[in-house]
Amino acid sequence: MSNSALFLVVLITAIVMVVAALLIAWLLAPRSTNPIKGEPYECGIPTRGTSWTQFKVGYYLFAILYLVFDVETVLLFPWATIMIDLGIQGLICMAFFFVVLTLGLVYAWKKGALEWK
Amino acid sequence: MFHFDVVTNWIDEFLRTYLSNGWTLFIEFVLIGIVILAAYAVLALILIYVERKVCAFFQCRIGPNRVGPWGLIQSVADMIKILIKELIKIDRADPVLFRLSAFLVIIASICTFGAIPFDRGLHAVDFNIGVFYLLAVSSLGVVGILLAGWSSNNKYTMIGAMRSGAQLISYELSCGLSLMTIVMLSGTMQLSVIVEQQTYAWNIFRGGIPALIAFIVYLIAGHAETNRGPFDLPEAESELTAGYHTEYSGIQFGFFYLAEYLNMFIIAAIASTLFLGGWMPLYIPGWESFNQVMDYIPPVLWFFGKTFFCVFLTLWVRWTIPRLRIDQLLNLEWKILMPICLVNIVLMALWIIYV
Repeated sequence: MSNSALFLVVLITAIVMVVAALLIAWLLAPRSTNPIKGEPYECGIPTRGTSWTQFKVGYYLFAILYLVFDVETVLLFPWATIMIDLGIQGLICMAFFFVVLTLGLVYAWKKGALEWK
Repeated sequence: MFHFDVVTNWIDEFLRTYLSNGWTLFIEFVLIGIVILAAYAVLALILIYVERKVCAFFQCRIGPNRVGPWGLIQSVADMIKILIKELIKIDRADPVLFRLSAFLVIIASICTFGAIPFDRGLHAVDFNIGVFYLLAVSSLGVVGILLAGWSSNNKYTMIGAMRSGAQLISYELSCGLSLMTIVMLSGTMQLSVIVEQQTYAWNIFRGGIPALIAFIVYLIAGHAETNRGPFDLPEAESELTAGYHTEYSGIQFGFFYLAEYLNMFIIAAIASTLFLGGWMPLYIPGWESFNQVMDYIPPVLWFFGKTFFCVFLTLWVRWTIPRLRIDQLLNLEWKILMPICLVNIVLMALWIIYV
C-alpha cells in the first residue's frame, strides 16, 4: 500500500467525519430564525460598520519575519537529514548560511521590529 | 513483546485468502478509516474528561461527578448536547469561508493524527518525510483559524484571529527547529525508523544536553501551538468573548473544540515519539532482569503512558501560570526560544560529530 493512497484515505476519512457530523446536526438540531439572531455578537452593543477594516501593522511585520525563517527551515531540513554523513565539512558550509540568517534576526531585533508598540 | 502488526498482518492474510486484490485493499482502507475515526472520537472524549478532572483537582474541586460513575459519561453527554444545538446563521458573515474554516481546522487535525505511530502496524501514513509532513499539515490549521476570524465579520473574532495567527506562525518556527535537532540525530525523517532507532536509548538520552533543550523548547512551543494555557490570548474570554470562534455554534463550534483537544494530544504524541522513544520500552543497559520486566508491558501502553505524561505536563502548566500579554508572548518566542533553537542546532551538530 503506497503512502499517498493512505494519505488520501485519511483525508477522505476526515471529510466523511465532517460531513457525517454536519448531517447528524442538521437532522437533530432545531431551526428558527429571527432578525436579531443573525446579528454579530459583540456583547450586546449594536455593531457599527463592518469588521473588515485595517488592523495593526505589527502582525504584518511578524508575518514577514516568519516567512524568512520558515523558508530557512525548509532549506535546513535536507541538510539535517544527512548531517551525520557530511560531518564537520557540512557543518562549516552550513555555518555561512546560518550566520547570514542569524544576522537577519539581529538586524530585525536592532531595528526594533520585535518590539510590540 | 506483543506488536499490533500480528493483528494487521492476520487481517490482511485472512482477507486475501477469500477476496481479490482490489477488494482486499478497499476493505483495508475502509477499516483504516473506521479505526482512525473511532480513535479520534474516543480520545477526544477521554481528553475532555481528563482535562476537566485534572483541572478540578488543581482547584480543589471534585469535577464532573453526576453523569455515570465518577462522571465518566459526562463528555459523551456533552457531545450529544453539542450535536442537537442549533447552527445559527450570521447574516453578515461570508457564508462559504465561515463554514470552510471550521472544516479546515478539523481536517488538518485528523490528517496529522493519521501520521502518528501508535505501535508497529498501528500506523496509517508513514511517509519518508514524516516529520516534515507533520509540520506541513498541522500548519494548515492556522489558515482555518485566520479565515474563521475574518469571515465572521465581528470585531472580536477579527482581533482574536490576528493574535492567533501571529502566535501560531511564530511558535511554529521553534517547533520546526527543535524537531530538526532530532532529525539531525536520527539521520532520517521517517517516523517508524526514528522509533526503531530508539530501542536501546531514547533520543532524549542519546542526544544528551542538546536533545534535552530541544525537548523543553518543543514542549513550550507546542503548548503555544494548541492555543491553551498561558498562551490562550487569542480566546481570552475577559477581553474577546471567545476569540476567533465567538460566532460559531453547535457542531461547528464542536469542530474547533475537538481540534483543540486533539491537537494537545498530537503535540504530546509527537513529543513522545521523537524524544521519549515512541512505543519503545525503557531499557537500562546492564539491568537484564529489569529490561525483561519492561518487555512484558505492551508497546501501545508505553506509547499512551508517555503521551499522557506529556498531556499532564501541559495541563499542569495551563492551570498554574497566568495568561501572558501579547508582547511578552512574542518576546518569549523571538528573543528567547528562537536564539536558543539556533544555538541548539549548532550544539547538536557538534555533539553528533565529537561525542
